[in-house]
Amino acid sequence: MAKYSFKGREKSLTSSDLVKVKNLVKHFPVYSRGVLLKKQIGIVHAVDNIDFDIRRKETFGLVGESGCGKTTTARLILNLIEPTSGDVFFKEDNVFEKFRSADKKEKLRLRRKMQLIFQNPYGSLDPRMTVFDIISEPFIIHKHIPKNQWKEKVYELLELVGLEEYHAERYPHEFSGGQRQRICIARALAVEPEFLIADEPVSSLDVSIKAQILNLLGELQERVGLTYLYISHDLSSVRQISHRVAVMYLGEIVELADTDELFKEPLHPYTRALIQAVPIPDPKAKTMKIVLPGEVPSPINPPSGCRFHPRCPQAKPVCKEKKSELLAISPKHMVMCHLCNPRMQF
Amino acid sequence: MTETILNIEGLKTYFFTEAGIVKAVDNISFNLRKGESLGLVGESGSGKTVTALSVLRVVPKPGRTIDGKVEFNGEDLLEKTEKEMQRIRGSAIAITFQDPSSSLDPVYNIETQLCDVIMAHETVSKTEARKKVIELLEVVGIPEAETRMREYPHQFSGGMKQRVAIARALACEPTLLFADEPTTNLDVTIQAQVLNLLNDLKKKFGMSLVMITHDMGIIAEMTTRTVVLYAGRVCEIAKTYDLFERPRHPYTEALLAAVPRLDMRKTLRVIPGNIPNLIEPPAGCRFHPRCDYAKQICKEDVPVLEEIEPGHFVACHEWRNIRLKGERSH
Repeated sequence: MAKYSFKGREKSLTSSDLVKVKNLVKHFPVYSRGVLLKKQIGIVHAVDNIDFDIRRKETFGLVGESGCGKTTTARLILNLIEPTSGDVFFKEDNVFEKFRSADKKEKLRLRRKMQLIFQNPYGSLDPRMTVFDIISEPFIIHKHIPKNQWKEKVYELLELVGLEEYHAERYPHEFSGGQRQRICIARALAVEPEFLIADEPVSSLDVSIKAQILNLLGELQERVGLTYLYISHDLSSVRQISHRVAVMYLGEIVELADTDELFKEPLHPYTRALIQAVPIPDPKAKTMKIVLPGEVPSPINPPSGCRFHPRCPQAKPVCKEKKSELLAISPKHMVMCHLCNPRMQF
Repeated sequence: MTETILNIEGLKTYFFTEAGIVKAVDNISFNLRKGESLGLVGESGSGKTVTALSVLRVVPKPGRTIDGKVEFNGEDLLEKTEKEMQRIRGSAIAITFQDPSSSLDPVYNIETQLCDVIMAHETVSKTEARKKVIELLEVVGIPEAETRMREYPHQFSGGMKQRVAIARALACEPTLLFADEPTTNLDVTIQAQVLNLLNDLKKKFGMSLVMITHDMGIIAEMTTRTVVLYAGRVCEIAKTYDLFERPRHPYTEALLAAVPRLDMRKTLRVIPGNIPNLIEPPAGCRFHPRCDYAKQICKEDVPVLEEIEPGHFVACHEWRNIRLKGERSH
């Protein structure tokens, strides 16, 4: 394997937090039908007051069921949608302020640092462009590579993600799902980002291919020093790749801890149920299961108090009335649950 | 030994496309005992779904089952007339599909869709049929069945739709149910509910179940015996317990090593390369280009399914000579 590193990376790897998310909120208004009299009839609480930091060279896992606000969080961090309130910091830069200010150059500079790969590698590649065009398109926008070096750089990127030089002249339809995801990764890496958001990158791939992509992401982290926000509903892959994990439920982070701790000693009843719900590929590991009743409630009118209380097997009267704060059980383990609060008496 | 309910021998279903002949199911044989839960596991294009469709004889064009035997209760389904098949489909053998939103008709309400199934197979009045629908919906765990059955599929969530699809499959109390990736589109907590439901119903109705999935976790949890498919052929058939403990086919072993696990972090082993193109599949053993143990013979001869221990079948030339790396240390 060729040595590959992004220039000037080493010196900036000292301080610990790369991305800080502070009190981030995103509400989507819901309108009634009709053309003339559109009335706002509700609010979707997609992301409600979430806080977390992502450290340098870390993989931060964000896990939750559909509709819990994982993808909205990713889009907010990249400022692809406007937040309702809250802040995101990338190193020293306040992302939202940077994007609000009109300086195009600064915006581009920030865009280069943060990249995104999507779930569906079939939909996120233009079928009419060759792989070479796809991977070199960022060069046109960011102008950080002189044109005479494009070819070399594209080949380097292809090699980095485990593809061959001759693939550059082909079109996306000639590739399998796993290979397409590699192309997407190469395209994201073309701008030499420091931070990569991977939104369900392996969900649409076959088992044997999934492992290839997960390993590739791990390898790239070592070789290029990337920081990931890894978003998935698949707990097994989150466990495999993440250093720390946040569990989301209905727009809120209900638990955040180091991966091993979270999976060994989950504290929040939702996390516990989520972990137990995953079938384990070992017939000997037949465990007792708590099967959660009901479904995730609508985020338009989320339940009062703790949002999980209608499905919670251990809910107490207080859970209906008051929302718990995010309690720090240990410096590395936060949980939003009254039952874990030592000051609460039941 | 309990009696065999389904016996598939040498099944071949090919798709005659313009690009060439796709050998989606190429000489697959296995059997299913009464009351058993059999897992059919494989990646996309391995022939899991086409096998189920071939049994029910609903392979879409340009596909055709060109050879083989599908014996259901001792009668060959491939010899039946279309009319006889119609009677069997839905009443004796039923299937639920991966995506309930596309297998339920959006323009009819749930009541109509379920009554149709019942009235097509049984001579009952509309009132009786309706009563049965309410019962069925209650069995699969849909609250307020009487009011909800007048609703349309789009008014149900994904998990609820899958329950309706299961209710429809169970409407005439089939003896054999194919569940084709019943939980792939569902969230994990909903998946757990649906899997529990299938297990309960299986016991309640005494059905045989064929669980089609790519998820090794579901296989481990739901089935007693497993058939591993790769590129339209059977690799290995074994009791689920033995399959996970002592996989004997290199593909099974590699597949198990490639799955991330919730209960431990391990180095994922990668199966190199891609799933082969079924128009021109590799000669000999179809897995040989990706196999760590491949020898010259694997490139030339198609391995036959051998019984290496009672009830454990493997299609591999080299099974005697290889010690699989993946044999688990405990």
